[in-house]
Amino acid sequence: MSEKEHKKADSPLERLVNGLVKENPTFVLMLGMCPTLAVTTSAKNGLGMGLATTAVLMLSNLIISLLRKIIPDRVRIPAFIVIIATFVTAVQLLMEAYLPDLNQALGMYIPLIVVNCIILGRAESYAYHNPPISSFFDGLGMGLGFSVALTMIGAVREVLGTGKLFDHTVMPSGYIPINIFILAPGAFFVLAALTAIQNAIRIRMKNSGKKNGMEPAGCVHDCSQCGIGGCSVRLYDTNEGKGER
Amino acid sequence: MEGVKELLMILIGSSLVSNVVLSQFLGLCPFLGVSKKIKTAAGMGGAVIFVITLASGVAGIIYRFLLVTLGLEYLQTIVFILVIAALVQFVEMFLKKYMHSLYEALGVYLPLITTNCAVLGVALTNVQKKYGIWKGITNGFATAVGFLIAIVILAGIREKTEYNDVPEAFQGMPIVLISAGLMSIAFFGFSGLHW
Repeated sequence: MSEKEHKKADSPLERLVNGLVKENPTFVLMLGMCPTLAVTTSAKNGLGMGLATTAVLMLSNLIISLLRKIIPDRVRIPAFIVIIATFVTAVQLLMEAYLPDLNQALGMYIPLIVVNCIILGRAESYAYHNPPISSFFDGLGMGLGFSVALTMIGAVREVLGTGKLFDHTVMPSGYIPINIFILAPGAFFVLAALTAIQNAIRIRMKNSGKKNGMEPAGCVHDCSQCGIGGCSVRLYDTNEGKGER
Repeated sequence: MEGVKELLMILIGSSLVSNVVLSQFLGLCPFLGVSKKIKTAAGMGGAVIFVITLASGVAGIIYRFLLVTLGLEYLQTIVFILVIAALVQFVEMFLKKYMHSLYEALGVYLPLITTNCAVLGVALTNVQKKYGIWKGITNGFATAVGFLIAIVILAGIREKTEYNDVPEAFQGMPIVLISAGLMSIAFFGFSGLHW
């Protein structure tokens, strides 16, 4: 993950749009695939997971940005992890108390938000170098982008797999649900279709001679590309390693 | 006898019936990233077995004797992730210094799995299912064996499909995901093994 030069204090709106569209974590960056596949059996679960991640992302970005001058460079990753894990635990306890059904449905994927590539990736590549307000909105934008993506994937799987959407029947009564879409293989197929669409767009852009803005980054392609912001978190400085960084 | 049967059930259940990648989507990143060749896939699988077995043991001991005794169960996520990350780094350093041949074999893969979701996932599952330390270690080992099986099979398929004529848009990751989906369907066959 290359260090990008960020302008001083991006506007909140620009950050929101960036997270939702330009750098959508799921559709463009292809980050955080484990939860994306695991919890999108229905639109509701997707939305719940997305919002839980959004909450963690906003708060961790805010705190990391506030502490960015205090956290020493060499121990920044453990520091990020502790901050993120704290908020994940808080979200988990809140969900246990107020949304027990959703908590049951999402199960251990809530604590696993800690290892979601997106959160550590944003901490490392944005919040650690930018002021609190734009970091907060960066987290909000990324989180909303993730939520929208998860809800959409969940909706597709729910409609095809059960004929319902948000628990309301939407398909005509003659529709026979394709059960496989809410089971594990369906997740792989939906993601395959998604990456194929992304590939098709990239090929078309290349053919028409446009510079493509999509980096084939993310966990789906190769662990090593995630670098430190990936699923594979190293507790220490990787600058001495062979990685891209 | 009863205990042995229970361990055996965990062994089969975690490795085949609810396979860690194909039905729980944990550890997807190395599963898709390091499955180009059977040899590297097997190396990765070996490293995962090593790390997950060790990590589930250590996490189990810490949970049982530290967190439960102090009544701090709610700190499990934070403690587990730090313990696992530190553990893997320590293992890497230890292997590099004292067991160089093993380090040569697994070393490259260790940083890739430091805290991949599967390691943390197993530690959390062990707590969730109230497995004791031994059952936890068995579960960890079985989960990792399931990972090894899945990644080696996928690597085998990928070596074959590499020379196939795949539609342009489906080249690369999409076709791998479809293979994984088909494997996932095949693994449903194991759900009959519940007894």
